Amino acid sequence: MLTDIASGIGYTILITVLSLVIGGIVGLPLVAARRSRVTVVRVVATAYIDVVRGIPPITWLFLIYFGLPQFEVYLEPISAAIVGLSLISSAYLAEIYRAGLLSIHKGQWEAAHALGMSVRTRTLSIITPQTYRVCLTAVAVYAIGLLKDSALASTIGVHEITYNAGDAARASHEGILAFAIAGALYVALSIPCAIASRRVDRVLRTKLGVA
Amino acid sequence: MNLFTDWLGWLPDLWPGLLVSLELTGLSLLLGMPFGLLLALAIASPVAPLRFAAMLVVEIGRGLPALVLLYLLYFGLPEVEITLTAFITAVFSLAWTTGAYACDLFRAGLAAVPKGQREAALTCGMRGWTGFRYIILPQAIRISTPPLAGLAITIFQASALAFVISVPELMSKGYTLGSVTFRYLDVFGLTAVLYGVITVVAIRFVRVAERRLSRHV
Repeated sequence: MLTDIASGIGYTILITVLSLVIGGIVGLPLVAARRSRVTVVRVVATAYIDVVRGIPPITWLFLIYFGLPQFEVYLEPISAAIVGLSLISSAYLAEIYRAGLLSIHKGQWEAAHALGMSVRTRTLSIITPQTYRVCLTAVAVYAIGLLKDSALASTIGVHEITYNAGDAARASHEGILAFAIAGALYVALSIPCAIASRRVDRVLRTKLGVA
Repeated sequence: MNLFTDWLGWLPDLWPGLLVSLELTGLSLLLGMPFGLLLALAIASPVAPLRFAAMLVVEIGRGLPALVLLYLLYFGLPEVEITLTAFITAVFSLAWTTGAYACDLFRAGLAAVPKGQREAALTCGMRGWTGFRYIILPQAIRISTPPLAGLAITIFQASALAFVISVPELMSKGYTLGSVTFRYLDVFGLTAVLYGVITVVAIRFVRVAERRLSRHV
């Protein structure tokens, strides 16, 4: 039974990692738009973030998987899960980036300006490294949350851990065992993530000498 | 405009589902929040077995995806000769999740009450439970309220998971309606709007309450 359930680890990791990466990239312009001086852009970005976060993840997955065929857009379950979770993670990560940017002292911008740096240099060499440092822990926590959210992909038929555990439970009538294994696998997957983030955090703390 | 009239027509079908979702959320919070406080107290207790048991419950509640916990109870309880309806199983499962997350929020709240408060209570002759009940706890709860309200909104969204064990809540009503009309996008669009409106209104409400609560702090 363990091997049956564990065969879903690949999909679980695939969904989590791809959604995190895509969401992380989409979140960048999103946070820029959220902080834009142009009201329309700002309002649209804020609305996007609020709407995405206001609707339960399972509803998003159903909208995408069952809903999009109405527009002749047919997605495989795995693609639908990745699209849905990327959408959700982009909104959450944008908020994490925004909190990180807010924690950077205003003097950093002013100092960069006073040194005659271009916007590009200022963003890439001054603000981004510091924000990255501040956001890292929050992103790691979110990544673990996303790993757990990836269990929702089972509801649209992706053969990941939870789906396989459901199959095993129905086939063997040993529900507790099947889902305890699934739960243990999720915990086992999240522990390396937690350890890695703590280690990187410590390295950056000593290297950069910032709090 | 056409979509809007369709939505109005579907609303009576989805409405009972929304009520079930709200009922499920309400009951889970009603059970889960006090459970979380109990867990927080148990973790602070000097009795080691109690402390470890509480930690285990919290780690399971937070470490497992809410969906897996739901399945675990749904498939697991009948094996130990406990047969509950899907709705009650969902309530217990969500209450467990709520309790595990609320436990940490309560612990943070309790830790944030200045130590001097406890000493002052002792000085006034309020020992142990009395001092805790009248001096520490009210302040801790006030500190914990905003994050707990955020948790309540998350749990409302998580109530949609009960769909997978066929509780007749909003998502499952939407799914049934979708399979009749074959217009999944429009139907789930309406359920999304219902979830979204309640969430946004709740968030606004929490923000106002937060400002009120922090007025004298």
